[in-house]
This record gives sequence, structure tokens and C-alpha cells, in this order.
Amino acid sequence: MPYLEITDASKRYGSREVLTGINLEIEKGEFVAIIGYSGAGKTTLISMIAGLVKPDSGTVKLDGGIVSGPGPDRGLVFQNYSLLPWLTVYENVALAVDEVFHEWSAALRREHTEKFVTMVKLAEARDKRPSELSGGMRQRVAVARTLAINPKVLLLDEPLSALDALTRANLQDEITSIRREDDTTIVLITNDPDEAILLADRVIPLTAGPGATLGPSIPVTLPRPRDRKRLNECDDFKRIRNEVIGYLLQTRDRSQAHLSKRLVLPDIEPEDLSRGRPAFTFGRRPVRRCEIKTVQVPEEIRP
Amino acid sequence: MQRIATLFDHFGLTWFSPFARLASGQEPKRQFQLIATTIGAPILAFAIFLFAWSLVARNVKVSFGSIPGPVAVWTEAGQMWKEHVAERKAAVDFYANEKTRKAAYLAKFPDRTYPTRKYAGPPTYIDQIFTSLKTVFIGFLIASAVAIPIGVLCGLSKTFMSAVNPFIQIFKPVSPLAWLPIVMILVSALYNPKEPMFEKSFLSSAIVVALCSLWTTLINTAIGVVSIDKDHLNVARVLKLGWAKKVRKIVIPSALPYIFTGLRLSLGVGWMVLIAAEMLAQNPGLGKFVWDMFQNGSSTTLARIMVAVFTIGIIGFVLDRVMIMAQQLVSYDKSRAV
Repeated sequence: MPYLEITDASKRYGSREVLTGINLEIEKGEFVAIIGYSGAGKTTLISMIAGLVKPDSGTVKLDGGIVSGPGPDRGLVFQNYSLLPWLTVYENVALAVDEVFHEWSAALRREHTEKFVTMVKLAEARDKRPSELSGGMRQRVAVARTLAINPKVLLLDEPLSALDALTRANLQDEITSIRREDDTTIVLITNDPDEAILLADRVIPLTAGPGATLGPSIPVTLPRPRDRKRLNECDDFKRIRNEVIGYLLQTRDRSQAHLSKRLVLPDIEPEDLSRGRPAFTFGRRPVRRCEIKTVQVPEEIRP
Repeated sequence: MQRIATLFDHFGLTWFSPFARLASGQEPKRQFQLIATTIGAPILAFAIFLFAWSLVARNVKVSFGSIPGPVAVWTEAGQMWKEHVAERKAAVDFYANEKTRKAAYLAKFPDRTYPTRKYAGPPTYIDQIFTSLKTVFIGFLIASAVAIPIGVLCGLSKTFMSAVNPFIQIFKPVSPLAWLPIVMILVSALYNPKEPMFEKSFLSSAIVVALCSLWTTLINTAIGVVSIDKDHLNVARVLKLGWAKKVRKIVIPSALPYIFTGLRLSLGVGWMVLIAAEMLAQNPGLGKFVWDMFQNGSSTTLARIMVAVFTIGIIGFVLDRVMIMAQQLVSYDKSRAV
């Protein structure tokens, strides 16, 4: 039996179909990357797993139980970190720890919090507020806060998309090392194929919306540990990359451009103000451009 | 020095920061320019105001005599201070006298008790200022205690908001003078303890201040709660925070800057309303002072009322600054990052 299972889930917002026929099976300890276009519904999909969004049809099951709402067994790292700006690094992590492990002693909770703050290398910045941190550091706090509650599944919603390339690479390595230590089940949402292939065991493309659905899962057979620098020359990497990108491009071409809204243009016609207008009468209307007759003034009467 | 300058800026005391910067030798030319515009201009405007005032004062005659000019008002203010000092001295003398009298009395009749007497002199202008401040703060506390919880509920629940909204809209524009008779009648009916802690007039004034000033806090709190980042609430959902904990740990801290803006506006409204309320309720504060002076109709009446006007204005300004400072202290991020 799969650890995390989504069966035939769909979601629409109003008349806009976001996700249709989502089927996903993830084994315990697996690292799955879901890759798709911006706006395809990736965040909706992961919010569905997190329980923040209820599917219109279908079910999400975790470890045999049906997911009916949000809970600390699914640790979601939000796309924009979502740290509480009035709390320090330590307090942000402590808020989660104190709530989820409220039956522990205060000393144990403190120790646990410290452990995760140290794990993401923020021990020195523990008393700083999020506004004093760089983007990468904020993301680390968010990861520490989520990992500290020992979730069954770690859900990463484009966690690195707002970071610069170097910080990104750093944090990718950290995610890999966290994975190695804990063997956590991870679902990563991303729009970067390289990132997906570098980190995950399996890459699943999400087709372009509306009505996005998951494509065939593409196993990443590359051996671990994967070296970012050497990966670029690896033939397997290129093949998988082409496969992922090829699939995504192909689904985009299939989905046609469509109008989701009727555009109503104002009923205004351009008027040439340099032309004289008729004096005010009822039913006067501007002279349309096509109605303007260019009168050829004979050469001889020109001034 | 630079840090002191930033601190001045921070607390809205921008007048002083050029001086601090000048002292640290930072771009002296620019600082002088700044001083000229930020301090020179107001001083000039004030001078023009004083001139226009004395011009009007010299040429307009009213039933009490002439309108006092700036000098007359200033002298009157000094006079009022002297009266205050004299009154205090009289009180001290009275109690010293009482002491000797009591000793003499007890020496004569050791088996009797000497009745303690309080000094019965009139409240001085300074006493009246403090009465006003006390009244406005009590009113402000009542208003905050009512408005913040209701505002939070409004922000959290759309249903509650739409239930309460009509009341807010209808009662917000009501003048303190309309509330006062109702409040006075209710206070006399309901507040009749044997040893009253507060005067009835004091209580009525404070309640009217509360009634008029609570709306801005309520509305601002509601807006602050409504505009909480959705993700912060999602954090609460993922952690399964209970309702009370969610309000305490996420909602209130997040809305705090808005709440403080509301409180600041409320205190301003309260101070403005207070004078009218005191006039009618005869609470011995600045409002009653103005009214008594008006009824008095002596030659110093107008000068004294003008002293009161300036006092009210300056205290209102100081209260506003204090609230700005408090707001700066609680706001968690100045740059609104994250």
C-alpha cells in the first residue's frame, strides 16, 4: 500500500477547472518532485495534500488515513516562507514545537528547538527577526520550523524559487543532506527541471492548466550522491531532462489558448479633435475617422 | 550622534535630528538648510500669527472689554501659575495649622478625638489639567477594553462584522453632547455606592469619552485583523492552534500596528470630546474651567480661556506624540519585509 495516495482528485475555483483526475502514489521514504508551469495548479495540488484545500472529488490518503484537514503530520514549507515577522528565528521554530509537542517538558522542547535551529545553521542568528535575515536564511528557518514537528511527509512548495542561484544550490544540497539523515518522505514542487532531477527519485510533470493533471512519472535512475557539476555531462541526466521538458512542452502545445473572461471594451470611438464639429444639436455624435473626407484642394487656390 | 539623530527621526521628533547631525559634523550646509526650513518656517509663521492676533486684539471690542493680545494671555498664564502656587502654599499652611491645633486640642481634651478636616480650597488650574487627563485616560481605557476585543471578532468573523457594522455606522457620528444626557441619567440611576470611588460627573465624562472614541479603534482593529497575511493563518491551521491561541499568537501581534493607529486616533478624539463633556457634566477639568470662565464674565475671562485653549492644544499634541512613540515601539518591522 502506498504511503501517500491521491485518488482521482479534482479541484475547481468557480468555473475554472484547476486540477482534474489527479492520481498519485508515493512510497514511504520516497522523494518525488512535481514539476509544472507557473499557474498550472502546483500550489493547489500541494495545499490539497496539506489539507488546506479540500478536493471537490477524490481523496487524499496518508498512511492509511483520509486527510480531512490541515495537521502537523504533513509539514508544509510555504512558498513565501510565511514566518511570523514579530518573532525571532528561535521563537518561530519554538511556536511550532511548543504547539505540536505540548506534552513534552519545557526543557525537552527547548532542546528540540535548539537542535533544529542548529541543524539549519542558524544558531548564531537565533535571536534575529525575519526582516533581518537574507532570503536563504528565511527559507532555512521555514524548513527548520517544519522539520521540527517531525512530519510524516515534508511538502516543499517551490521552496527555492525566490532565491538567487548560489543560495539555491546551497539549499538544494542541504535538502539532500536532510534527506540522507532522516529518510523523510518528501514531495517537492518546482518549476526547475534541473532541480527536480538533481534532488528527486521520481519526477512527475504536471500538465499545463486549466484542468491540469499529472503526467507519467519519470524515474530518476542517477546514482546518489549526485554531483551538480558532473551531472551536466551525464548522458542519463540529459535523457531524463529532455524527457521531462519534452513532455511539458508537448502538453502546453496541446492546451489551447482560451478566454476565461469576455473582454468588454468601452464604447468609445476615436475622434479627430483638430476637425471642426457641427454645432450642438440633439443626436450629435463624433465624426468617425472613416467619415472624414479628404478634400483635394486644387493647386491653384492654395495660399 | 548619528544614532541619536535616527532615534529622533524614529520618534517623529524630526525637528531635532538636524541639530544632532550638525553636532556630528555631517554635511553642515544641508543641515543648516534643514534647520531653516523645519524650524525657521514655523517660527516665522508663529510670529505672523502673533502679529495678526495682537492686531485683532487691539481693534475689536467685546462685551468683556477688549480681546487680550498675546502679552495679556502670557501674563494671565503667569498669574494662573502664581495662583496655583499660592493655593498649594495655603494648603500646606492649613495642614500645618491643623497639626498644631490638633495637638493643642488633644492636650486640652485627651479623651476626645479631633475631627480631621480637609483643605477646602478650590482646585487650581493645574489640578484641573490633571483631572482632565485622568478622565480622558479612564475613558480611553474603557474604549480600548471594549473596542479591541470587538474589533478582533469583527475581523475574524464576517457574520459578526455584518451584525455589528450598522451599529458602528450609526453611532460613530453621534456627538458627545447627545450622549451626555443619556449617560448622566444612567450613571445617576445605576451608580449609587455609599462611598463613591468616582464623582458622578467624572464617570459620565469618562464614559462619554469612551463612547465617542472607541469607534476608530474598533474599525482599525477589524481592518488589521482582516488584512492578516493568509499564510500566517495557514501556519496556525497547519499547527492546529486552538482559537484562543491563534488570536493570541498570530492575530493580535499581526494586527498590532493597526490597533495602535486606531488607539492613537481614539485618544485624539477622546481628548477633543472630553472638553465638551466636562463642560456639560461639570467635571472639574479643563472643560468646566472654560465654562466657568465664560459664566464669570470678568475682564480676565478671555485671556484665561485662551490659556486653556493653548493648554488643550499642547496637551493634545503631546498625547499624540506619546502614542506615536508607543506605536514605534511595538511595530515589529519598519521595512515591512517577509
